[in-house]
Amino acid sequence: MAAITMDRLTKVYPGGVRALDEIDLTVEDGEFFALLGPSGCGKTTLLRTIAGLEESSGGSLRIGDVDVTRTPPGSRDVAMVFQDYALFPHMTVAENVAYPLRIKKVARGKRTEKAAATAGELGLADYLERRPGQLSGGQQQRVALARAMACHPRVFLFDEPLSNLDARMRLEARTFLKRLQRELGVTTVFVTHDQAEALALADRIAVMESGRIRQLGTPSEVFRRPANTFVASFIGSTPMNLLDGVVRSRGIEVGGELLPTPPEPAGRLVDGEKVVYGIRPEYLVHSPTAVPGSLTGEVRVVENLGHAQLVTLEGPAGFVQLVVDEDTPVALGDRGFAVPRQDRALVYRDGELVTAGADPTGLTAGARATGAT
Amino acid sequence: MTPPPDHAAVPSASDAAPVAVATAPAGPPPSDTEHRRREAQRAAGREGARRTVAQIGFYTFVSLVLAFFSLPLLWLAVAPFDANPGLSASLPEFTLQNFQVLWDNPYAMRSLGNSVILAGGTGLLVVTFAALAAYALSRVRLPGRDMLLYVLLLLSSIVTGTAAMVPLFNLATELRLIDSQLGVILVLSGGLLPSAIFILKDFMDGTPRSYEESARVFGASPFQIMRDIVVPVVRPGLATIGVWSVAQVWGNFLIPFLLLRSPDQYPAAVVMYTFYTEGGQANLALISTFSLLYSVPVILMFLFVSSRYGFRFHGGIKR
Repeated sequence: MAAITMDRLTKVYPGGVRALDEIDLTVEDGEFFALLGPSGCGKTTLLRTIAGLEESSGGSLRIGDVDVTRTPPGSRDVAMVFQDYALFPHMTVAENVAYPLRIKKVARGKRTEKAAATAGELGLADYLERRPGQLSGGQQQRVALARAMACHPRVFLFDEPLSNLDARMRLEARTFLKRLQRELGVTTVFVTHDQAEALALADRIAVMESGRIRQLGTPSEVFRRPANTFVASFIGSTPMNLLDGVVRSRGIEVGGELLPTPPEPAGRLVDGEKVVYGIRPEYLVHSPTAVPGSLTGEVRVVENLGHAQLVTLEGPAGFVQLVVDEDTPVALGDRGFAVPRQDRALVYRDGELVTAGADPTGLTAGARATGAT
Repeated sequence: MTPPPDHAAVPSASDAAPVAVATAPAGPPPSDTEHRRREAQRAAGREGARRTVAQIGFYTFVSLVLAFFSLPLLWLAVAPFDANPGLSASLPEFTLQNFQVLWDNPYAMRSLGNSVILAGGTGLLVVTFAALAAYALSRVRLPGRDMLLYVLLLLSSIVTGTAAMVPLFNLATELRLIDSQLGVILVLSGGLLPSAIFILKDFMDGTPRSYEESARVFGASPFQIMRDIVVPVVRPGLATIGVWSVAQVWGNFLIPFLLLRSPDQYPAAVVMYTFYTEGGQANLALISTFSLLYSVPVILMFLFVSSRYGFRFHGGIKR
């Protein structure tokens, strides 16, 4: 078990694409860490660089106390589970799980025993003699996990671990993965483009965009206080409403309505300044009648979320989405009012969060120390 | 006999049925619908007859084509056991004498052994080098890689072709490879390799890189990756190439005829050319018997390979 320390880690592909731009990041020992971002943001490159499948063009990488920047992948003591699982199709489950041990020259009898035991822990005891092609997606994934576990690495790397499972299996596998990681206590880094997956699984998340980390923090920090509008629009199963506004002496004017200034940025704003007012659909309260300090509009779309409804209002502020209780009747064409929860509203200036505390991105040393605990 | 049941009339119903369906809701007179129904039945009967005629025609045609191709095979099966075989397939005057004569011929049986050496040697060489080259070409980015492959493919048809006969002979003379089986194996391998690389590269391209990367992270060396992962995964491709090159060499007449001098080195394809009677006529008895023996190993090889290796692929990648 070991921490992973990246210091100004850079990867430039031939042709000049900067996939990683001076990444400074420490993944603590035993942490379950998510690299989250849209496709092409460099998250997979970062994972592959940690694995050693890509060679970094600059900076250094340490696993535990060892500098592994130039170490070949096989000597880094990491195990990787690929998005497609990469199970060897010509080997049985037992042979697949035993393969890393075979490379490490463990005697046949011992490695068979070890593979059977590891596979048994993951509920694969009945499938040892099957080939990967004869297994379901969920079973294949567990074989890939067993293969990674068999050699007791110091670090697990998962590339999009859940993306190849159907929706129902995904939930099961998510819970399973989280429990497994807790039990093993092995430092784990995983890559995902699915914010819900990152929020549910990770102890800490790094949100990436074009080779840089835009925010680093626990799931609740990243969800509640996105450090910039990029993270704000990326995190959350229903994206945050980001509305253009102007600062006035008694509040923030959004679409002609004066909304009270949230407590945190109050006093840090200048009259007449252009800002972005951010509020999640979950933190808007619906009202059928006019309320002062609310956003208004005509109901354009109603989407059923099962336990609630996602309502889209079109008004002077543009489109505003809010989550409404399943029992509240909302009809298309109705006039609706949305009252923001003051303690959850955020204000962005030039795309960055206006805040009272330390650097909200969690990237400076002080913020990292608080974020890690 | 009842008229064709309804389900038999389905194909013809395409012209009759839509009309009936379209008029039914409007409540047409009963006599009209009755009339239409009879009409539809008659149409179905005509259709059935036409179909029978078409089927008879089809099977006659297929039988003719089949006969055209099976008569030579029939001759091959019958003539070796005939005391006086002609050019037509006929009921044989049964004898095993032909096999006895062939067995006593100093070159016949040995030539089959020579063929095995040439085909086996070439097959081994082609599979080994094509696998290595195809793997490298599939995994390493080379500028102009595809161009290189196409040029090689183009040239290969010249290397073993008639056009290069003289330079090949000269080259072999200079290298002292005349009258040596090694020379034949090398020339044939050179001719087959480009196509083999071309075909195998496709198999290699179809093998996900994540297999190899996964093995690399576990610490496997390039040789271990090749032996444990790549070769087993592309095995159907290797088997295909092996069978194909053996069959190519087995049937090749020109190159061994050109490069070999002594009759005890000749492979079967060349020896067959020497079976004449004293009168200078083709010795049909020997040729047919030898042809039968000559084709057996290739058939056995196909059967063996398809049962042993089977052209199948177990998926380990979730798509």
